[in-house]
Amino acid sequence: MLKFAFTRLLSAIPTLFIVSVAVFGLIRLIPGDPASLMLGDLADADALAAARKAMGLDRPVPVQFAIWLGDVVQGDLGRSVLNGQPVLDLVLHRFATSAQMVLIAVGLSVLVAVPLGMAAAWRQNGGLDLAIVSMSTLLLSVPTFWLGLMILLVFGLKLGWLPVLGYVSIADNPVAGLIYLVMPVLTLVLHEVGIIVRMARASTLDVLRLDYITHARAKGMSESAVLLHHAARNAFGPTWTLIGLILGNLLGGVAVVETVFTIPGLGRLIVDSIYARDYVVVQGCLLFVALTYLLVNLVVDLLYPLFDPRVTAE
Amino acid sequence: MKRHQRNYILGGAPLACFLGAALIGRFWTPFNPMRIDLRSKLQPPGAAHWLGTDEFGRDLLSRLMAAAGTSVSISLTTVFFALLAGLTLGVIAGYARGWTDRVVMSLNDALLAFPSMLLALALLSITGANMYGIILALGMAYTPSMVRVVRGSVLSLREREFIDASRIMGNSAAYTMLRHILPNCLGPVIVLATSMFGSVLLTESALSFLGLGVPPPAPTWGNMLASARPHIAEAMWLGIFPGLCISLSLLGINLFGDAIRDRFDPRMRGL
Repeated sequence: MLKFAFTRLLSAIPTLFIVSVAVFGLIRLIPGDPASLMLGDLADADALAAARKAMGLDRPVPVQFAIWLGDVVQGDLGRSVLNGQPVLDLVLHRFATSAQMVLIAVGLSVLVAVPLGMAAAWRQNGGLDLAIVSMSTLLLSVPTFWLGLMILLVFGLKLGWLPVLGYVSIADNPVAGLIYLVMPVLTLVLHEVGIIVRMARASTLDVLRLDYITHARAKGMSESAVLLHHAARNAFGPTWTLIGLILGNLLGGVAVVETVFTIPGLGRLIVDSIYARDYVVVQGCLLFVALTYLLVNLVVDLLYPLFDPRVTAE
Repeated sequence: MKRHQRNYILGGAPLACFLGAALIGRFWTPFNPMRIDLRSKLQPPGAAHWLGTDEFGRDLLSRLMAAAGTSVSISLTTVFFALLAGLTLGVIAGYARGWTDRVVMSLNDALLAFPSMLLALALLSITGANMYGIILALGMAYTPSMVRVVRGSVLSLREREFIDASRIMGNSAAYTMLRHILPNCLGPVIVLATSMFGSVLLTESALSFLGLGVPPPAPTWGNMLASARPHIAEAMWLGIFPGLCISLSLLGINLFGDAIRDRFDPRMRGL
């Protein structure tokens, strides 16, 4: 187990390095000089030269990279061009907003989708299976920004049950915060359920074909015992990996859902910063999201042996 | 009827409607999709304007048809870009192995470490939000997964006897790759390309919705939804129809993709 964890951790290091090169390179590829991007178009030549020196732009690129990486490792992602706020504070604050929404949504999706997927596999090709598969294909095909708009239209505008505009943090007011989260979370859950159901069903089907399941049935075990004690655990592995991918993806900010429901999350920050050409923030966000994505997948891989101990043996 | 045959029909029908509307929209639309007519703004669906008009009095049906054309061209070109780049890099990396493989794949894996939507956003900030910038950004964002799939199948192919035979016959590496490796890895590639088509369509709409896609006044389903948002309470049709178009096209592509997968990948049949 320790050896598995160690090799998996080691394998993340080169990826981390290349990701940081990619993020650093990105800002160099944007047309124009980083110093003039930083100061705006109206800055005079002296100020530009001073800024170039302060940013180390007069040094060779590898040295610039080393300086930047050194800052990043110490938690300094630079300051926003727009308002001078430290990027890390900005990113962490916005991330907390996105993360609470995403974690609740993914948690609920798993609770709904995994049993549905297993039920569909258990009744393969029957009416229940057809219904569940059709539903998940349908949910998969509806884009979240439209689903969100329709939920907003029905529950917010037509029925008037839920608030349409604005956002309250759970930390400030738990009850109001949760009410504001209902529609965005519902949107995300409906979409993710479509994805997870398909995976849970496919991996359960794979397991149900194996000999040990036939053996368990032949022993006279009840169907529920076969499914819950024998199939469920083995079938959950691939689904677990998918959940990690989904979580990593969504934690990068769900810009469209945040836009529909006017939630100040990380995704919105990235989009707004691209609009405002605030590339220091864009760079910081990208690095942060890529790291989160790697970290989530690392944790998912490290926890995988809990469901399937065979993995460590490889 | 077998499941994949049913899916071909169920998915093919909306897909054909979508492609047909896109094609017709290139040559003819009921009204000029860009013409502003403030006297007939926000009209509900009726005899003159079948699907109603938007906040500038532009005919919704005409705009939806024009938008279908834009979405199809962007998605097809993007998938073609990813296919070409993915096949080239994947075949070379898988066939050459060694350092070439390691360099290509570590760069590839680094790009895969970003969610594809985010990678597209990042690349868009370099390329700029116009039709070519979007195709370039989306193409580069979707290439890594294609490279992975191609390399995977090339790795197993290159150990087969007929590849050895080609080498022993004195064929060059380039000829062996083109004549023997490439055609044999097309199965998984076609399956991936189909699902990629849907995914690109979705991402393109999402980018448009965020205001980072094809700039208005040119219509796309995504930017139509974004501009419908403030009027959605009084003009529901503005919010309903563009989303319905995206959903039905995606449903068609997904079902069609499932059918193709069942056909090319017998292990998945019946799953």
